[in-house]
Amino acid sequence: MDRFSWTTGLLELGETLVVQQRGVRLSDGEEKVKFDSGVLLLSTHRLIWRDQKNHECCIAVPLSQIVFIEEQSSGIGKSAKIVVHLHPASSNKEPGPFQSSKYSYVKLSFKEHGQIEFYRRLSEEMTQRRWESMPTGQAVQVNKDTQAGRIRAVGIVGIERKLEEKRKETDKNISEAFEDLSKLMEKAKEMVELSKSIANKIKEKQGDITEDETIRFKSYLLSMGIANPVTRETYGSGTQYHMQLAKQLAGILQTPLEERGGIMSLTEVYCLVNRARGLELLSPEDLVNACKMLESLKLPIRLRIFDSGVMVIELQSHNEEEMVASALETVSEKGSLTADEFAKVVGMSVLLAKERLLLAEKMGHLCRDDSVEGLRFYPNLFLTQS
Amino acid sequence: QAKYKERGTVLAEDQLAQMSKQLDMFKTNLEEFASKHKQEIRKNPEFRVQFQDMCATIGVDPLASGKGFWSEMLGVGDFYYELGVQIIEVCLALKHRNGGLITLEELHQQVLKGRGKFAQDVSQDDLLRAIKKLKVLGNGFGIIPVGGTYLIQSVPAELNMDHTVVLQLAEKKGFVTVSEIKSSLRWETERAKQVLEHLLKEGMAWLDEQAPEEPQYWLPALFTELYSQEITPEEAKEAIP
Repeated sequence: MDRFSWTTGLLELGETLVVQQRGVRLSDGEEKVKFDSGVLLLSTHRLIWRDQKNHECCIAVPLSQIVFIEEQSSGIGKSAKIVVHLHPASSNKEPGPFQSSKYSYVKLSFKEHGQIEFYRRLSEEMTQRRWESMPTGQAVQVNKDTQAGRIRAVGIVGIERKLEEKRKETDKNISEAFEDLSKLMEKAKEMVELSKSIANKIKEKQGDITEDETIRFKSYLLSMGIANPVTRETYGSGTQYHMQLAKQLAGILQTPLEERGGIMSLTEVYCLVNRARGLELLSPEDLVNACKMLESLKLPIRLRIFDSGVMVIELQSHNEEEMVASALETVSEKGSLTADEFAKVVGMSVLLAKERLLLAEKMGHLCRDDSVEGLRFYPNLFLTQS
Repeated sequence: QAKYKERGTVLAEDQLAQMSKQLDMFKTNLEEFASKHKQEIRKNPEFRVQFQDMCATIGVDPLASGKGFWSEMLGVGDFYYELGVQIIEVCLALKHRNGGLITLEELHQQVLKGRGKFAQDVSQDDLLRAIKKLKVLGNGFGIIPVGGTYLIQSVPAELNMDHTVVLQLAEKKGFVTVSEIKSSLRWETERAKQVLEHLLKEGMAWLDEQAPEEPQYWLPALFTELYSQEITPEEAKEAIP
């Protein structure tokens, strides 16, 4: 870290900003120093670090001092890093935060990410070496007494001021957003209170509220995202929306189900449907609540929940118990099979393959051999040969 | 009797009418908010956290339904539901490597990779919220706190308190031994072995019998070296077609 010099952070004439990243910690080799949280700027000429809290604290190192750079990917509790190996400091270097250092490299920790992009840009600059073809004036001090120097300084100050204004504008936008958000939340809170009071009325007057009113109330709750105070569900089963959705699903899923042997896990359905929609996606809860209505609406597909909690959609015509019979045949042919192997043979997802084998076991057709090498299923000879 | 019934119905009707009116007003307020700050929510992860926390405080779940006002007007729904799809895909692709356990960090990296350079930034907080919503699909999604971070479970394997605490113990080095479990947790050998065997069976742990002193149980989910490894085309196929 003794290669760094104090700087004003102002770009010099001929120096252009390439990329910047917030939330970067600077370390002297392996040792932590006080440069914990800063904005890291890459220009065509230098690597600049400015403290986020104290803008006066600003240091830089010329890119020409960099020997090479390495990436360190993130780990548990550790941010991604770039390691910058540096030439020894030159004797006429401007003063900096450290007189000496036992390390010839520094580490940049990207606490708020951005490491990938920064590394890419830094590598580019090091390849292009633009600082060689775009000489900047020496430190502005040297020229500041001349007319030309004063003009240069004004130009740079103008750019800096624009950046500062933009920063302030962003900050202002954010605080305005927070203010507006708080006001909005106050109003939302009123809605929650009102819904609670209605729910209480409903509870008191059991049965005196019409079904139509119940449906209306539930749809209001749905719009606001308020949990139903009576049943604790965050939806109204029986809202028009979920009924319509259930019918849509029956249409959309017919072919995919047929292509997949009549059965799909709910996660598969979630991904399939949402990828097809592209916009106005379904929430996981929307999907589950719509599927819970399939049976009552007498649609050609149904929801089934296995003992393990795995949820699937099946064609009405699909009979998992019959599939078990054919599963038994397959397992018998091969002697024994794990869920992975069975999935490959039959062409199903491992998740559903496992459920089918477990069901076969529950029905007494298969036996398990549960060892550290995995769960393997055998035909239940106890049953067939007793 | 009839009179009481009437009154009851009228009261509910009144309040419902009031709620309907207030709902319309709220919708207008939300529209106004959206026109000014929708971008902020899309671009700023910190603002999203604030927003979510405030909603939770007043008892509102903006992600409950794609049909909710929040989702429709602020677009928060699409952001998280799409993230859900991406999380499912990554977990499926990597399941055969790690048995269905993955650190939040690795999941984050892989999701960011999948989203590409020009996509919106997502934070770890965003991932956690999306995962909490996915639980309802019954696929066994779970969040296990370990060390300073989280392990994300994406298979319906049963992981009880015993399993969790061993995972937490293994987090420091990426592996754990029977002796370590016995000395740190003061368990009997049998209990330690049962937990480790369960993890082996589920494919969440691998056994290194050639370790110098005693067998080591490694968790692929915690291997730092695997982090930057790409998802291979074969693995991507395993994920939803």
